[in-house]
Amino acid sequence: MSRVLMKGNEAIGAAAIAAGCRFFFGYPITPQSELPEYMSAHLPEVGGVFVQSESEIAAINMCYGASGAGARVMTGSSSPGIALKQEGISYMAGAELPCVIVNIVRGGPGLGGIQPAQSDYNQATRGGGDGDYKLLVYAPSTVQEMVDLTQLAFDKADQYRNPVMIVGDGMLGQIMEPVEITPRAAASDLPEKTWATTGVRNHPGRRNVINSLFLKPEMLEDHILGLFAKYEAMRADEVLVEEYQVEDADIVLVAYGTTARIVKSAIGMLRAEGVKVGLIRPITLYPFPEASIARLPERVKNLLVVEMSMGQMIDDVKIANEGHRLVHFIGRTGGMIPIPKVIADTVKHILAEHHAGDAAHVAVGVQMEDL
Amino acid sequence: MTSAFTRTLGLTTVETHYCPGCTHGIIHRLVGEVLEELGVLDRTIGVVPVGCSTLAYDYFNCDVQQASHGRAPAVATGIKRVLPDSVVFTYQGDGDLASIGTGEIVHAAHRGENITVIFVNNAIYGMTGGQMAPTTLVGQKTTTSPLGRDPHTAGYPIRIAEMLAQIPGASFIERVSSDSPPHIKAARRAIKRGFETQLAGEGFSLIEVLSTCPTNWGIEPVAALGWLKDNMIPYYPLGNLRDPRKAVRP
Repeated sequence: MSRVLMKGNEAIGAAAIAAGCRFFFGYPITPQSELPEYMSAHLPEVGGVFVQSESEIAAINMCYGASGAGARVMTGSSSPGIALKQEGISYMAGAELPCVIVNIVRGGPGLGGIQPAQSDYNQATRGGGDGDYKLLVYAPSTVQEMVDLTQLAFDKADQYRNPVMIVGDGMLGQIMEPVEITPRAAASDLPEKTWATTGVRNHPGRRNVINSLFLKPEMLEDHILGLFAKYEAMRADEVLVEEYQVEDADIVLVAYGTTARIVKSAIGMLRAEGVKVGLIRPITLYPFPEASIARLPERVKNLLVVEMSMGQMIDDVKIANEGHRLVHFIGRTGGMIPIPKVIADTVKHILAEHHAGDAAHVAVGVQMEDL
Repeated sequence: MTSAFTRTLGLTTVETHYCPGCTHGIIHRLVGEVLEELGVLDRTIGVVPVGCSTLAYDYFNCDVQQASHGRAPAVATGIKRVLPDSVVFTYQGDGDLASIGTGEIVHAAHRGENITVIFVNNAIYGMTGGQMAPTTLVGQKTTTSPLGRDPHTAGYPIRIAEMLAQIPGASFIERVSSDSPPHIKAARRAIKRGFETQLAGEGFSLIEVLSTCPTNWGIEPVAALGWLKDNMIPYYPLGNLRDPRKAVRP
């Protein structure tokens, strides 16, 4: 297939269908509604099923049922809708059901706004529902990466029997970019879904039960230790990160998704002025690429985290940094997109004044005045 | 030698956890018998709720999914859409279906989802210890209506069968009771008709089964059967409200 110009939300849908997803359950919400719209038009063409659910909660529970019946299944939403789905996501993690969940993040809290934001980092990586569990979380920064990571997500969900979340933002959902989408068969080494409730006629002699209840504490703990063995395997095997012009950098920025693209523009400006600056771009938010931060050379005394939030990923950066370097921060909230010049000016300010001083935390109001 | 009574293949041999005098066991057996009689056990997937019947995933002798509170009809929708040739049923109590799960049950009916719902109404929250249910009768004392349900502050009991019978997608709706042998026989017939409706591809079916909770009602099992008959049936009248075989629709 040649390259076509597609909107991010639609590209996710096309990529999912090309990866064998035949079931989509969803509820309309800005800025991701093009995804259910696309699925409603195109799933029936391949014998698939689209159901517009009565609620976000129903959608994720339809996914639970469909996944438990052995299907590749997807749902999508945006921040407050994802909040509503958290109960179901926790149940799926507990019952070990694969599912791909798309969050095209908008501003919060509450109804917040409908513009791009990254303020759901904690919701995605800390487990928004009850209990001890983790999702594998992908954060694309281009429409092509939305395609590639969506397709990978289906394999990883099946491999780990765990929900996988794609975290985009309103910018990535709405932007149009050229993409190539090719049919992708499920990885050949994936385990057979012998656990699926497909009716005993399909697995004679054994009843299959999908369940997350363990009334005996010892059994619950065994179950959770099993889940965490999976998460440890993810931490060992699934980290994806882009290290951009880090080799000779004196200062390293950390950003993901749309913000990482803006940071790259700032790096271009700074490099033109001779400032040695690099970017660590987490592609998996969980597992977080801790090693990329931990192994930075002694030369790097400062990290600058840039997020479209008041600072959520910065906690993971600080954990990985273990206090070795100053961690500075630029944050804008829903729809207030960071400006390359402000990022570049902040880098220069840090290099000039903060070699051994306090971390800079750029207040939101100050940035606009600086322009 | 002929045997007068045997276990149904529709239930496992696991001993249930239900309290003495609770009629969940009878209703489980009716569902199991019907699935066995229809010869569909090996292509049936049950969905169990949150509440007293959560552990029914150990009792129904078929594949089972355990759903979060109130969401069984959504879970069943997902299963049925993936496996349209399977038989899918939910088994839900009144707290699960008529309170926290009203959205899911109403819209599953509206979509005409080709599933069967066994709705067990005992007018109280059993598993959590006897709190007021959406179906608790006016004046009925519970741990959260200690002076009796006051409709001015706590509203009136919900008649689910009548409510769902207004929905075009609801194909088969009947209310039955578990208080006496004739009523139990009628309940069995209704449950069978519900599954037959699904097997014929005729859409959503729901059987509301009135049931007892001696433990949380605070009365003896036999007295509980009488209380059901004297108090619940007058407010929750038994009978068929919709059947695709009937020409006339309400």
